[in-house]
Amino acid sequence: MKPFTYTRADDITSAVSEVSQQEGAKVIAGGTNLLDLMKIDVMQPRHLIDITRLALNTIEETAQGGLLLGALVTNADTAYHEQVEQRYPLLSHAILAGATAQLRNKATDGGNLLQRTRCYYFYDTHTACNKREPGTGCSAIHGYNRIHAILGHSEHCIATHPSDMAVALAALEARIHVTGPRGERTIPIADFHRLPGDTPEKDTNLADDEIITSIELPSKGFAQHYTYLKNRDRASYAFALVSVAAGLDMEGDTIQEARIALGGVAHKPWRNPEAEALLIGKRASRENFQPVADAYVQKAKGFEHNSFKIELACRSIVRALMQAAKIDQ
Amino acid sequence: MTKISVTVNGTAQTHEVEPRQLLVYYLREKLGLTGTHIGCDTSSCGACTVHMDGMAVKSCSILAVQADGCEITTIEGLAKGDQLHPVQEGFKECHGLQCGFCTPGMIMSATDLLQNNPDPTEEDIRHALEGNICRCTGYHNIVRSIQWAAEKMKTSARALDGAPVSTSPVYASVNLNQQQQV
Ligand SMILES: Cc1cc2nc3c(=O)[nH]c(=O)nc-3n(C[C@H](O)[C@H](O)[C@H](O)COP(=O)(O)OP(=O)(O)OC[C@H]3O[C@@H](n4cnc5c(N)ncnc54)[C@H](O)[C@@H]3O)c2cc1C
Ligand code: SF4
Ligand code: FES
Ligand code: FES
Repeated sequence: MKPFTYTRADDITSAVSEVSQQEGAKVIAGGTNLLDLMKIDVMQPRHLIDITRLALNTIEETAQGGLLLGALVTNADTAYHEQVEQRYPLLSHAILAGATAQLRNKATDGGNLLQRTRCYYFYDTHTACNKREPGTGCSAIHGYNRIHAILGHSEHCIATHPSDMAVALAALEARIHVTGPRGERTIPIADFHRLPGDTPEKDTNLADDEIITSIELPSKGFAQHYTYLKNRDRASYAFALVSVAAGLDMEGDTIQEARIALGGVAHKPWRNPEAEALLIGKRASRENFQPVADAYVQKAKGFEHNSFKIELACRSIVRALMQAAKIDQ
Repeated sequence: MTKISVTVNGTAQTHEVEPRQLLVYYLREKLGLTGTHIGCDTSSCGACTVHMDGMAVKSCSILAVQADGCEITTIEGLAKGDQLHPVQEGFKECHGLQCGFCTPGMIMSATDLLQNNPDPTEEDIRHALEGNICRCTGYHNIVRSIQWAAEKMKTSARALDGAPVSTSPVYASVNLNQQQQV
């Protein structure tokens, strides 16, 4: 690991001013992603600001009936929090489907959203990668691209975002509160992660000098009808090839509202509100779910090794909706 | 260099460390606690698992400077003198190890599980061990070792509560086959 200097921030203001003023500075939270990338020189910050002692480690109820997750609450404390388990089980399930107990004990909610892609070439400093080194090219497009994107990719990058938690947050329409030298702002989760376009080095719309302070869950948690379905190469301890976070609001067997977010298929959690709207007022049934799944993958385009994901995504959506609606056939 | 103070297995330690030093190297090289192993160095295998403020974490993905002010327990801190921790005993009784490389990490993960969930199902145990990789055992005996320990710890807790304890060793009556049908 390249040497770096280290300070521990005592308050948010000083953390923000250090991030914005020190060259090559990065914040470190749980460190479970950043340190792995530093060990192999994929990321080379010259200064680390440890934010783990900031008072951003509580879960509180909001005036709007939702929950506010501090950016430094660990993934484990979030997943096992009573209110989260009861009111947002989709989020608990998604978190517990990812990483391992020891990592979730350390990983934070803010860090989880900002974890970097698992594209093999991004990790291999001997290969070209536009995300790691802009302008060098993308080794994955004509390389081994089994885990790569089928939606929203560009000729510059076909990487996916690896977070499970972010997929559930997309379905729940969470809002990300951030603070920086220009003050505070709130970014809806749908606008938080970016598509790669011609600047794949930027994963999100968070500015380099901003930090996440909290994640807000709106009151609606879809606790009655939900599923997090994660398909991967082995049953445990692997990133999603395709995952689906589904939440249904139902009256009897009629759907009032449907939320469907896909993971493992794009540079960001993938939603298609027009396709979701096809379900409003419909009966929950396989026949009604199929056209929605078809609409989700209508514009999908695979590469040499990952075209299987298109069919997998389509079937996973139907399965997830069946599970959420609690119907067998 | 940055000065840190940590309590490791109950002993206060103060040292100057380089910010880039990982906690696992601090434990092994500075403190000589080589029971904590390094299997991968990429946060994958779990051999380096220790407890930080009571929770299992991978010490290869933590900077020593980040542990400043924390309490660390390593595998060396589990036994009380000659008396093994029930999880250590379980591994011995149920052949939970072969080469032993993964074992310290397995045991640290298992003790964290049992303190949060004293009566885990087989599935709970397997889920809790997701982040610990073993090349030798095929995991079955590791799961049995932890079931053995859970049973033993429940019995000792009952004994401490003053409740009647069966005279035959309770662990002998654990029906492992039944538990596996989860
Ligand atoms: C072996 C392994 C398996 C894994 N499997 C999965 C999986 O299946 N699913 C899954 O979703 N994840 C998985 N993960 C990833 C894990 O969830 C992330 O590493 C973790 O959530 C990152 O959180 P952290 O607090 O440790 O972040 P850090 O490593 O501390 O930080 C990550 C990035 O976020 C930045 N950052 C952190 N906090 C803030 C903040 N508040 N404001 C601004 N910037 C910030 C840092 O500067 C850094 O760039 C796995 C990780 C490992 C090592
Ligand atoms: S897909 Fe993106 S991250 Fe992977 S090699 Fe191409 S540019 Fe790099
Ligand atoms: S050495 Fe830490 S997880 Fe393998
Ligand atoms: S006993 Fe050899 S790695 Fe587990």
